[in-house]
Amino acid sequence: MSAIIAQWRQVTKRYREVMAVENVSLRLQAGETTALVGHNGAGKTTLIKLLLGLVRPSAGSVSIDGANPAGRRGVRARHSIGFLPENVAFHGAMTGRELMAFYARLKGAAARRNDELLARVGIADAARRRVATYSKGMRQRLGIAQALIGEPRLLLFDEPTSGLDPQSRQDVYETIDRLRAEGATVLVSTHALAEIENRVDRVAIMHRGRLLAAGTLAELREGVRADVRIRAKVKPGTRAKVLAAVAAHTRSVESVERTLTLHVSAEAKMPALHALAQCGEQIEDIDIVMPGLESLYNHLTGAPAPPT
Amino acid sequence: MKTIALALQELHIGLRNRWVLATTVVMATLALSLALLGAAPTGAVKADPLAVVVVSLASLTIFLVPLIALLLSFDAIVGEQERGTLMLLLAYPVSRWQVIVGKGLGQIAILAIATVLGYGAAAAALWLRGDIAPGAWRAFGAMVLTSVMLGASFVAIGCLASTLVRERATAAGLAVGAWLLFVLLYDTALLGILVADQGRFVSKALLDALLLLNPTDAYRLFNMTATESVSIYAGLAGPGDPKALPPAAYIAVLAAWIVAPFGVAIGVFRRRAI
Repeated sequence: MSAIIAQWRQVTKRYREVMAVENVSLRLQAGETTALVGHNGAGKTTLIKLLLGLVRPSAGSVSIDGANPAGRRGVRARHSIGFLPENVAFHGAMTGRELMAFYARLKGAAARRNDELLARVGIADAARRRVATYSKGMRQRLGIAQALIGEPRLLLFDEPTSGLDPQSRQDVYETIDRLRAEGATVLVSTHALAEIENRVDRVAIMHRGRLLAAGTLAELREGVRADVRIRAKVKPGTRAKVLAAVAAHTRSVESVERTLTLHVSAEAKMPALHALAQCGEQIEDIDIVMPGLESLYNHLTGAPAPPT
Repeated sequence: MKTIALALQELHIGLRNRWVLATTVVMATLALSLALLGAAPTGAVKADPLAVVVVSLASLTIFLVPLIALLLSFDAIVGEQERGTLMLLLAYPVSRWQVIVGKGLGQIAILAIATVLGYGAAAAALWLRGDIAPGAWRAFGAMVLTSVMLGASFVAIGCLASTLVRERATAAGLAVGAWLLFVLLYDTALLGILVADQGRFVSKALLDALLLLNPTDAYRLFNMTATESVSIYAGLAGPGDPKALPPAAYIAVLAAWIVAPFGVAIGVFRRRAI
């Protein structure tokens, strides 16, 4: 088992009238990428702020590298953290290069690699321009560049793709993939579920301040037992026969011309496939769709299932 | 080290957005006009022009420097928070006290540059025009130094206002209030109390103590008494007996007015949720 790099233990955070986070226990394992998913206001940003020592828990405890993030050792622990806030902002009068130099000094990192980082996120050309002239996407790229200063072991990205164009989103995901490959620990908060699901090792689902589920995607599927969809294409005129054969195993069926979409519970997946196999040549093609992050999320939060 | 980096960044921003330039020009213009116009009549009575300028510049400082200092500093924390840059800054390995002290030092440096250059221009103009008594230079140097200290104390007060509230507008209101209180109302209120009291309860010692509760009074009393020649021209520029305490005591009071608000601001900022 890999080492725990950050941990929330039964953490509750109340802001006067609002319960932002309620009794959350979660760990980030070294070298793993975790997606923190949930609606706006689900408590994702509060969890990150707690980890950075920006706010203190009302109950429970938070640790980073074994230290309290709000304490003196927490300050030291932040040397190895890179953070990209949601809607990152900079002092507009400074150039990208000047800001990188400033942040490198605060981290005690050499400024030599700054230009390389700016090039890596694709804004080397704008390095000598004032940040006030940057577009939203360029500011976000600068935000990622500053998060990478000093080769941090833990990266916290809060909604890194919100409000970006498709190309920029893709670049952000590629950065995350690269960090993951390099062995960094990454936490990405997002509600772009479909885009993130194949890029993370673990998922933590937050809803109204509570942690609904946490684990690998496979573990979550098991725990939740969301429906599997089996799509079968049948020969003309055999639809009724096939339907009768699998009826015992399916929850519901949608059929469009010759394509049947069977909603099957996780346990009934194999029996349903056996039944289909026995239909022999009446079946032309079969697709199995495992529940994705989005349908798991909707299942857990009680939202209506997305259209197929 | 990080404190210095924060201070340099603050100074850098001050240079970039022309705060340094603007304040230097304002202070140089006012100081030069006071020096050239205000010193003109003294030629006839053989008074030392620089000593006269020290008195008039000190009076100008009391109004102007606290105002500039508060304008610089009221935004320090609450402004960064509203712009969304504070969260990122505090995610770096810096302590909260380093943020307060670093920003404070940077703003004091901006003010010091403007004061030294602005008032220095006035002194240089007088020097070019003719002879100046050697003692007057000491008084002038002390005046510039204490002007920076006065500015530093109002940077500290503005910084405290900035950490106390959640909105920029409120911080600005607090800063204006502090300026009105310390620069305009305090002395007037004291004089009012003296008149109403007719010496029954407010003793001279109490009055001297009350004056020390205001950094602008400590500054004024120090500069009125800095040298013999200065105190002649100072006359009755305000309440209080400048000779009540040694000059070092006024310096100590000013220093306390720098350290105490910063100390409280650090304490408040540490508990602040971002």
